[in-house]
Amino acid sequence: MPTDVERWKSEVYGNEIREHLFRFAEEGWDAIPDDERDAWFERFKWWGLYHQRNGQESYFMLRIGTPNGRLEPEQLRVVGEVAKEYATGPGTNPIFGDAYADFTTRQSIQLHWIKLEDVPDLFETLEANGLSAQQACGDSWRNIVGNPMAGDDAAEIIDAWPVIKELNETFKGNDDHSNLPRKWKVSVAGSADGSGQGDINDLALEPAYKEIDGERTVGFNVRVGGGLARNEERFARDIDVWVAPEDTAAVAGGLSALFRDYGDRENRYNARIKFLVDEWGPEKIRETLQSEYVDFELETAGEDVRDQYTYNAGGDGRNDLLGVHKQKDGKNFVGLNVLVGRMGADDVIELADLAETYGSGAARLTQRQNVIIPDIPDEKLDDFLAEDLLEHYSPDPSPFMRGSVACTGTEFCSLSIVETKNRQVRFARWLKENVELPSGVDAFHIHLSGCTASCAQPQIADVSLRGMKTRKNGDPVEALDIGLGGGLGEEPQFARWVTQRVPVDEVPGAIKNLLANFDDQSDEGETFREFVQRHDDDELAELVEPEETSYEDPMMHNTKRTWYPYAEEDSLDAGPAPTRADGTPITSGD
Amino acid sequence: MSVSLRVLDDGAWVSVNDAREVSVSELWRLDAPAFCGCDLPDFVVENVLSVGADGRTVSAKVYGQCIACGETGTPGWVPVGRLSDGEFTDIARERVVLPVRNDS
Repeated sequence: MPTDVERWKSEVYGNEIREHLFRFAEEGWDAIPDDERDAWFERFKWWGLYHQRNGQESYFMLRIGTPNGRLEPEQLRVVGEVAKEYATGPGTNPIFGDAYADFTTRQSIQLHWIKLEDVPDLFETLEANGLSAQQACGDSWRNIVGNPMAGDDAAEIIDAWPVIKELNETFKGNDDHSNLPRKWKVSVAGSADGSGQGDINDLALEPAYKEIDGERTVGFNVRVGGGLARNEERFARDIDVWVAPEDTAAVAGGLSALFRDYGDRENRYNARIKFLVDEWGPEKIRETLQSEYVDFELETAGEDVRDQYTYNAGGDGRNDLLGVHKQKDGKNFVGLNVLVGRMGADDVIELADLAETYGSGAARLTQRQNVIIPDIPDEKLDDFLAEDLLEHYSPDPSPFMRGSVACTGTEFCSLSIVETKNRQVRFARWLKENVELPSGVDAFHIHLSGCTASCAQPQIADVSLRGMKTRKNGDPVEALDIGLGGGLGEEPQFARWVTQRVPVDEVPGAIKNLLANFDDQSDEGETFREFVQRHDDDELAELVEPEETSYEDPMMHNTKRTWYPYAEEDSLDAGPAPTRADGTPITSGD
Repeated sequence: MSVSLRVLDDGAWVSVNDAREVSVSELWRLDAPAFCGCDLPDFVVENVLSVGADGRTVSAKVYGQCIACGETGTPGWVPVGRLSDGEFTDIARERVVLPVRNDS
């Protein structure tokens, strides 16, 4: 039997949702019939709008998809301006204030506290500036990720940007691919460092060489069925296909059509292509793609460059894109650390000013929630690096700041079990002040995800933190599972969950003790990941010694049972939602 | 009177008549001897898998774990609320022992 979501999608989905969305926006929140709310909120996702969690009714998260994290000149400023104008609500975040933008692990931008009534004006501003929320959420092609410096990065072997641009233009708003069984996440990368993180995507196009008509040609190897959610981690599987850049739309479209036609529409938990790859195997995926979806002979896989992958791999070389790097044209790009990906709207605008003054005005977003300012000539570099704003958004931060990634958490998300972003900020600050990394270790990634949806990609971090609950002195408190040793690279590895349900106030102590044990017991030159690999789970659990320290956590209670975790009066019924366009509460008598 | 019961947002919550009524991340005390060795498992809800009604009782199948022993899985149907004239009334889930049914 089809699910409710499939039924709603069969009635109205894709581009046509927009006219309804705008009608509701004009008529106001109450215009959505009570018995159609679930259906419309599900559909609104296709246009990037996600209803915020219980207690925050009538407020939405808006996701703006920026393909490959690429922001053209002026777009960063527009993001800051719309955040300032529209992304404010009744709750004030004690660390980030009232208006901010979140840069996500899929190189998108999320704004919160968006009112439905503001959506037409907001969309008009975004679209007038080449930005869009179309298909940013929902069951379709999501924002395509890759190395955000494609085309400029001196480390690349093929410019993936024309391919990403073509795929984005072909599959955004394309009725044949707008209603898939579930989301469809694509990575396309041409750099040899692995910064596309293809392994954790539904579809990965990775740079590879192939002898074609006697010539060594650069194109892409194809992998399918990666993903991290729901305790069902998979790395994308090699389907033994190499594709030339000019054929990528045919192959990628063939695969999303295959998913559209054969994916499970009866059980949303089983509706990702990773499960179809499990069931069929990569060979059958390839055979079906060949026989039913492409009209040319597929090439077998080419010679990849995975042995050169360093991104988030835990060894030498580029583990992220922070710092100063040379572009092909001799200019520089500078990666700046945005701790947990959240940046105040005023800071976004100030950074846009700096991007204009020192670079071309363009900006880039990375899969590690950071921002890059490209196109800075050598003669302006020192002055740029001396700017005050870079004291906060540093190109060379503490490894604990640099390695921090966090999802949205219970502040806004329905699925999360714990508070995340502010907590990870507090963790990073405490670790920076109180813990020294062993000498020689300059990359150490800690990812905090509020639940098994894994939006912070916890399984591919040195230390993986995942939201949980426990009791402490008899009282329920927020807790974290701790996993170790995950990362990407030539041989990617998921973290192993070695210690469960650690009360959140004991987690910084656990990381401190773990690093001290690593320092004591590691072999000369051994990376943290190698160290984890040579120990079994019980041994590792012994090395993680949760402990209370000077770290204090003000969010130990059940933050999900609040309307907003940081509000003074935070109980679920103390919040103003739902509200009218101007923020005044709609009472049941209205 | 018909009542719509749904699980939405990747299993984040139970919707009753288009209103969010039961959320993940709650701690429930279960009477579920088949689930783990604990007397009354102290169970954190990570995902809602399905929801249904048996007479006036709304029950959910959920995935989660006992925070005392670490056992993970799906204990069975857990009562989460009651229906009266089509209206949903919460059970004080975090303060009472919830009896689990194991039929499919």
